[in-house]
Amino acid sequence: MTKSDMAEKLAAKLNITKQQAEGIINIFTNSIIESLAKGDKVEIRGFGSFRVRHRSAKEGRNPKTGEKVFVPPKKVPFFKTGKEFRLIVDGKEVAADGSDDKE
Amino acid sequence: MTKIDIVNKISEQAGLQKPEAELAVETIISLVKETLGSGDSVILRRFGSFQVRQKKERVGRNPKTGEEANITARKVVRFKAGKYFKAAVNT
Repeated sequence: MTKSDMAEKLAAKLNITKQQAEGIINIFTNSIIESLAKGDKVEIRGFGSFRVRHRSAKEGRNPKTGEKVFVPPKKVPFFKTGKEFRLIVDGKEVAADGSDDKE
Repeated sequence: MTKIDIVNKISEQAGLQKPEAELAVETIISLVKETLGSGDSVILRRFGSFQVRQKKERVGRNPKTGEEANITARKVVRFKAGKYFKAAVNT
């Protein structure tokens, strides 16, 4: 599913144009990006959470030449799947109460 | 940030009433879940992609007790951040 496919479905559901739906999807993704860029995290119950993971500096190797290279520390966006979502994907039944969905 | 904050942003920036913005967020989340549930991927340029990965059975260890335990084969969600998203958290 691409953004275009998603926009079509969202447009049908909300009775809006596809362009408006694309705009809404962009606001959705941009708000997550902006939040993580500020160092904040995003938690959506039943879906999952987005947070920044820190990777420390390390000595790497160029796989082609075998030369040692310094890999600087960096931050990477990380998504932790929420319980309900995890169960849907694994084809298991979803607990009716969803009480232990802490993500 | 939680779902309500995203709903508020959509309401303000797209000029939707709150309940409508909330329905939009719920719909986007449901579409991602359903698509992955059927084994397909969701690819949103700049943001990233959600894919299903098949994991093989393996022997794991309880980190508390050190006991070995079998981890059954399973399907898991993998989110791969897009270039733009990765760059945004590193500036």
